[in-house]
Amino acid sequence: MFAATALALLVVMALALARAFLGPTLYDRILAVNNFGTKTVLLLAVMDFLSGRPDFLDIAIVYALINFISVIGVLRFFEYALQKTVEQGE
Amino acid sequence: MVRDVISWIFLLSGSFFCLTGGIGLIRFPEFFSRIHAASLTDTLGASLILIGLMFQAGISLTLAKLIMILIFSLLAGTTASHAMAKAALKSGMCPLDQIDRGRQPTIKSYRDQDIT
Amino acid sequence: METLIDIVLLSFLVFTALAVAKMNDLFAVVMLSGIYSLLSASWFLDLDAVDVAFTEASVGAGISTLLFLASLKLVGRYEKRTRYRPLLALGVVLVTGTLLIYGTLDMPHFGLADTPVHQHVAPRYLNDSMAEVGVPNVVTSVLASYRGYDTLGETLVIFTAGIGVTSLLRVSRRTKQEEQRNVPADMQQQIILRVVAKWMLPLIMIFAFYVQFHGDYGPGGGFQAGVIFAAGVILYTMLYGLSTTQEVFRQELLELLAAAGVLIYGGVGIVCMILGGNFLDYNVLRHDPVHGQHLGILLVELGVGITVATVMITIFFKFTWRTVKHKYIIK
Repeated sequence: MFAATALALLVVMALALARAFLGPTLYDRILAVNNFGTKTVLLLAVMDFLSGRPDFLDIAIVYALINFISVIGVLRFFEYALQKTVEQGE
Repeated sequence: MVRDVISWIFLLSGSFFCLTGGIGLIRFPEFFSRIHAASLTDTLGASLILIGLMFQAGISLTLAKLIMILIFSLLAGTTASHAMAKAALKSGMCPLDQIDRGRQPTIKSYRDQDIT
Repeated sequence: METLIDIVLLSFLVFTALAVAKMNDLFAVVMLSGIYSLLSASWFLDLDAVDVAFTEASVGAGISTLLFLASLKLVGRYEKRTRYRPLLALGVVLVTGTLLIYGTLDMPHFGLADTPVHQHVAPRYLNDSMAEVGVPNVVTSVLASYRGYDTLGETLVIFTAGIGVTSLLRVSRRTKQEEQRNVPADMQQQIILRVVAKWMLPLIMIFAFYVQFHGDYGPGGGFQAGVIFAAGVILYTMLYGLSTTQEVFRQELLELLAAAGVLIYGGVGIVCMILGGNFLDYNVLRHDPVHGQHLGILLVELGVGITVATVMITIFFKFTWRTVKHKYIIK
């Protein structure tokens, strides 16, 4: 049961990685990284139950937090830089 | 036994939704449709998988932590996709179906811009 | 099943590393480095190294990404193309790599119980930790008690990094005025993000305290707690502006706290010497050695947590002042 879920999550992580490599625009990559982070949180929660030591959920909470903060940081840092590039290209 | 069956159902449906989200991420043509696929299925799949795990945990500290992860993931995931879509809109990208409607973004379509 | 997860994670790591080397767009490289850290942390978790995974997740995927982004805003976004092909460098790297792999063929197998590295102090730590130190998490007891002196050195390294950044990047008054004038007005549009961040901030801080004080019984400890605390403050700063946050986290307070953390750590060692033991010998702190160890570990982890949190916040503030200066003053 957990093995099947873990396998499905690994497949989704591979797909998200592929989008992070390919994605033509910047925002595709940010989306892929965010998705990857969420799937990692789920994979961790499942791996806790797989290995039989459900003490690792703290790490899942930290990942969810860090994922969120990284995406917000990326967007805050680059919102105005991109707008400037757009205005200069006119 | 009943608990295991219920967990199976939740975990399998959760993984199914996550998988469809991943496939959508690869196959959709442009950013706004991809974000639609990824964030919707992400939230639902994550909630189902976490609820399935909650049935396995029983009443313990693990259950409390799983509830915390669920609440946090719901809150943070949706906010992050909102922030991404808003940032993309503000920087001039527009969905492909709104180019012909006379909308005036700063860039005509996301293929013309040099933000790659 | 675990071997399969190991193989898949390691191959993801290889692909990500190749993509990082190949890509020209430094922004994508930063994002992929974040993925690399997440993958490493998952792999550490699969190897049962929980504390290391914790630290790698918080530092590598969180703080490093943000600091890289702050510096990326100051330099160009695209890497300059090299005009020559560095074949000599490739040859040197290949030869060295091959020699290293050849050298590792001689090493004992991974995880065997009778390798030389597991014979010296490791059996003593594992067998006697519960009796001598009394905390269930052996990593914390080794880090804070058996090898407390090394951890003091690590804390000093972090403190020195903070000193270096503080002395190199100075903030002028004009930058502060510009920031106060421009940035909070820009951020008024981010209503949803601001509300959500305001809800989350107390929860993040409570979680940081939980990790700090729960480090004896589960994964955690001073380093991870400090980084989580800093991440919460950084989230608030990104959405409310630097001047708003610096009304609470003033620069003088941060510098004072960073030094205070290191002082607590060293002070515990000196108090142990005054009470008759060796430096950082916690047995003499209380009437009972095990209680003394508990008190000593609590205090030094507190010192580590305080220093790490304040230094991370300081470094982020200094970098962000620079980007504000570049945005509003140097057009």
